[in-house]
Amino acid sequence: MNTNQKPVPEEMSPAQRLYIKKHRQHHHFITIMRFLVLFLFLLVWELAARFRLIDTFFFSSPSLVASYFLEMLKDGSFAANTGITVMETLVSFFLITLISLLAATVLWYSRTLSEIFEPYLVVLNSLPKSALAPLFIVWLGTGIDTIIVAGISVALFGSIISLYTVFKSTPEEKLKLIYTLGGGRFTALTKVVLPSSIPAILSNMKVNVGLALVGVIIGEFLAARRGLGYLIIYGSQVFQLNMVITSIIILCVIAMGLYQGIQYLEHLYKKKK
Amino acid sequence: MNQPILTCRNVCFSYHSLSGETQALRNISFQIREGEFVAVVGPSGCGKSTLLSLICGLCKPQSGEILMPDHTKARIGYMLQQDHLFEWRTILKNILLGPEINGTLTRAKEELALKLLNDYGLYKFKDKKPGELSGGMRQRAALIRTMVMEPELLLLDEPFSALDYQSRLIVSGDIGRIIKDARITALLITHDLSEAISLSDRIIVLSKRPATIKRQIDISLSLTDDSLLAARNAPEFKDYFSLLWKEISDEYESKTCT
Repeated sequence: MNTNQKPVPEEMSPAQRLYIKKHRQHHHFITIMRFLVLFLFLLVWELAARFRLIDTFFFSSPSLVASYFLEMLKDGSFAANTGITVMETLVSFFLITLISLLAATVLWYSRTLSEIFEPYLVVLNSLPKSALAPLFIVWLGTGIDTIIVAGISVALFGSIISLYTVFKSTPEEKLKLIYTLGGGRFTALTKVVLPSSIPAILSNMKVNVGLALVGVIIGEFLAARRGLGYLIIYGSQVFQLNMVITSIIILCVIAMGLYQGIQYLEHLYKKKK
Repeated sequence: MNQPILTCRNVCFSYHSLSGETQALRNISFQIREGEFVAVVGPSGCGKSTLLSLICGLCKPQSGEILMPDHTKARIGYMLQQDHLFEWRTILKNILLGPEINGTLTRAKEELALKLLNDYGLYKFKDKKPGELSGGMRQRAALIRTMVMEPELLLLDEPFSALDYQSRLIVSGDIGRIIKDARITALLITHDLSEAISLSDRIIVLSKRPATIKRQIDISLSLTDDSLLAARNAPEFKDYFSLLWKEISDEYESKTCT
């Protein structure tokens, strides 16, 4: 009847020690190879540029990118542009999460409402959101508002649909338990639906943060005077490919950072559990 | 004899779907007296669970009535097939879910919960998550979750069916004893005939759908000791079993398609 026996760390058998050693070795090998791939890529790129196999005017080179990056750091354009893009992305992401949680809750609460709105959500979700960007510019001007709205628009509808699906998939029997204990639909929401959906909400957030960045960059392409998206578009127009590539690399780092942030939240949740 | 605590009179119920109406219960009439342990058996899918949902008030009978004294109506405990303990709550928090929902969570309730945990041998697991408990322990925790509401009438919907055979014997014996010691009126739904015979005072046999009451059998076993298997070893046990088996298998045989 006892299943809660945790493996007790006794002295390890040689076979177990070997297994753990192999596991660690494999782990180290993967990490080293990952860095090696990056290093080789940079090396080939740099050498190709040095030996004039590629034209640095179009393809830049790691050293040019690095020196351009240092320049950006010095004149403050790194902080200004990266800061604004990150800020817009975080605000969009926060609003997407908030609005979609509220909307999904309302839809779960009322079956009729969800049936009425379903086709609209489907259409809005499949619509290419970049098509809306010009409208946002006309309505909201070329400020931060437009870009945040663009960021929201990319992820919002998909997020509502997937959260609603998650909420709806709460096992009927678990809801019945709440009803037999005398609870109503609201109690079911707070005691079962939301807590059981936390893992799904977190993975939904991972998708959203990526999409919010996509939306923000689209917005900046069209309607900004600052931000990494603006630098990319501006750089390509004036043939400053160093600027473009450096911005793209910074974007890579931001995307990774945001994803890791949510991953960390997930980690905290699992640890608490 | 004690007061009737539950009276069902000509209860009928149907499920509706676009492809048609399915009559689940037809003219179900029976009474349960205070302190009685009644089991309901019948062919699978005959509407046994529907009966419990109706008594619990989760749905309304189409016609007929279900009568209970007012004080009972508010004190119905319901035990489902699965334990449905929430993985994100500790055992103690799971047990206090009911009081938390109906706003009766007091210091006294918490003490009752701790006392029950102690009585049922789960005290040292109170801060564990359900995943760390065995199936039998989880089912006992689910029983405590029901008992902490201090029910007057306990509805048990095949509460042991998710357990493996051995835990099932142990847990059903355990839980049966707990319920009898607490003198709680209980209505048990099961498809396990020996479980029904060994736990209950009376067995109601339902026919196949639309379910009607086919027969009621009073059970009295001469017990020699109070071990878990005492009821199953009683001399009358096998007669009751063959009687019930005949009633049920008649129902299966009279099916037009199998």
